[in-house]
Amino acid sequence: MALLSVKDLTVKFAMREQSVTALDGISFDLAKGERLGIVGESGAGKSITGFSLMKLISKPGFIDRGQIQFDGRDIAKMDEPALRDIRGNHMAMIFQDPMVTLNPVLTIGEQMVETLRAHRKLSLEEAEQIAIVKLREVYIPSPEERLRQYPHELSGGMRQRIIIAIALLLEPKLIIADEPTTALDVTIQADIMDLMLELCQTNKVSLILITHDLGVVNQMTERTLVMYAGRIIESGRTREIINDPQHPYTQGLINALPQQTLPGQPLKQIPGSMPSLTNIPTGCAFHPRCAYATSRCKTEIPRTLRFGAVEVACHEVERLKAGQGKAGTGQPAANGNASANGDTSAYDEASTYDEASANGSGS
Amino acid sequence: MTTQTNPQARGSSFWQSNFVYSFRKSPIAIISMIVFLLIALSAFFAPLLAPVDPYNQALFDIMDSELPPVWETYGDPRFIFGTDPQGRDMLSAILYGTRLSLLIGICAVAVQAFLGISIGLIAGYVGGRLDSLLMRMADIQLSFSTLMVAIIFLAVSQAIFGSDTFNKYAIVMLIVVIGVAEWPQYARTVRACVLAEKKKEYVDSARVLGFGPLRIMVRHILPNALSPIFVISTVQVANAIISEASLSFLGLGMPPSQPSLGLLISSGFDYIFSGSWWITTIPGIVLVVLVLVINLLGDWMRDVLNPRLYKGDK
Repeated sequence: MALLSVKDLTVKFAMREQSVTALDGISFDLAKGERLGIVGESGAGKSITGFSLMKLISKPGFIDRGQIQFDGRDIAKMDEPALRDIRGNHMAMIFQDPMVTLNPVLTIGEQMVETLRAHRKLSLEEAEQIAIVKLREVYIPSPEERLRQYPHELSGGMRQRIIIAIALLLEPKLIIADEPTTALDVTIQADIMDLMLELCQTNKVSLILITHDLGVVNQMTERTLVMYAGRIIESGRTREIINDPQHPYTQGLINALPQQTLPGQPLKQIPGSMPSLTNIPTGCAFHPRCAYATSRCKTEIPRTLRFGAVEVACHEVERLKAGQGKAGTGQPAANGNASANGDTSAYDEASTYDEASANGSGS
Repeated sequence: MTTQTNPQARGSSFWQSNFVYSFRKSPIAIISMIVFLLIALSAFFAPLLAPVDPYNQALFDIMDSELPPVWETYGDPRFIFGTDPQGRDMLSAILYGTRLSLLIGICAVAVQAFLGISIGLIAGYVGGRLDSLLMRMADIQLSFSTLMVAIIFLAVSQAIFGSDTFNKYAIVMLIVVIGVAEWPQYARTVRACVLAEKKKEYVDSARVLGFGPLRIMVRHILPNALSPIFVISTVQVANAIISEASLSFLGLGMPPSQPSLGLLISSGFDYIFSGSWWITTIPGIVLVVLVLVINLLGDWMRDVLNPRLYKGDK
């Protein structure tokens, strides 16, 4: 049975006259010990997904409908005291910037002991012993001394290790990591990711990794959700999604990776930007930026369809698949108005992609 | 960052050592501190230091009335700062008066701080309607001047309870009135701090760890708001001492049998034109110096603790 099962989760923000939909019918499952990546641009609803799993959406946000079954209980229907028992104890969260996540006026020891004693009946000494063990697990040298130190006395990488140790203190079943390495140096990023992977595997902890770094997702996770404007547009095994993306948006994300561009060439961007939540386009929210959009995309929200190894929400995915086949043989992807000028494949050449999209959004 | 810190620095946070360092570098702070400690200690040990008990009227001799300070002609070596019209030793009266003024000032500020910090924390953390309600209450409170509220309250209670009962509880009344009248100063500052701190990620992370609102407010946000609280506290002690002196000067504070600094100043006022300047002037100087050094200390503390001037690591 799944540890976490989210069904039709919809989160709205109450504005003055109408409410704005931040998450629109999100559904996914997470097995015990499984590692799931959530990727998307800023504003796609990744972080809100993370927070709503803990029912920590601050006003004016609220969970409009849907279920969050965690360990057999529905978090969406829980009251504050029950949630407080879940938070930290069964579910933990790791934030982006370790410089501001620890309380600057409390020592590391005070923060760890407080966390333990808020959930368990422990003496001060017992709590400190557990804290020291956990600090060792995250490879903090001389943990006894660290307990007496304040956060400002430690480096960013060290702080993020301590935050991971705090998240693991109560042996939660699920850790939600919201861009845990974005604020760190590249070399330390890799260390922290290795550490998290190791800890998740040894402790059999499920992980939800929220990031916009597809490389990290590829390295860390077994399954991936791609989000756009509050909806899941593609989900499946991470390897399939990275190697063979189906949705035009996912394809754009992967093509935008610097590794996909030859040195000296401009990076392949997805034209346009994420729509604001107050102004989500009708139909498929991605259609104004999509090179393959048809009139149907503008009016009808695509249903999620199983397509090969992944689930995709796109009307044109079959046509794209066909087009890709032709592109592979060197033929232009001629059918479809968006790539009508098609000299080359819409996949491989950045220039075509840009022109095509200009065409697409113009028509 | 991971280098060895020296053993003294460990265990005390960085701003404290920075605090001590800038104290040693500031002559004004050092002098103010010395003067303040001198006044505070002599006030605290008044019963040991004072030549006579100024509250025991049986000890006064009317023949000693209005003697000038010892350095004037006709000065009497028994009375260093001279005597008042009842023959009370001014030095003893000033020592006891300062003690009362400081006691009332500090206790009134404790009342203010308790009310203001609690209300400010709740208003800032809970927000919404409760915040608006509490802050409008603060605005209304601030739109009356402290003295006006205190005068009305003290005059009414003096009329209701009669002056005997009133005199017995004068200290408590003054503490409560000055304390209640000035809480919005704290509440506003604390609320502003809480609003800024609440958005920081350590508060989110505390919520994620399953801490309740009370624990987050008191244990996580409040310690981060302490610097401005320290700064206003010094200024408020000075203000409270002035308020008490003003009320006593107007006859609404301490009874004449237990004079505070304000009452001593006012009791000498009738005699100032007959040449007995010392009865008003000497307690006046003590009051001014006391308030001045407290304000100077507060000023210095604001410079040191101001996060915008402070360039240290977060």
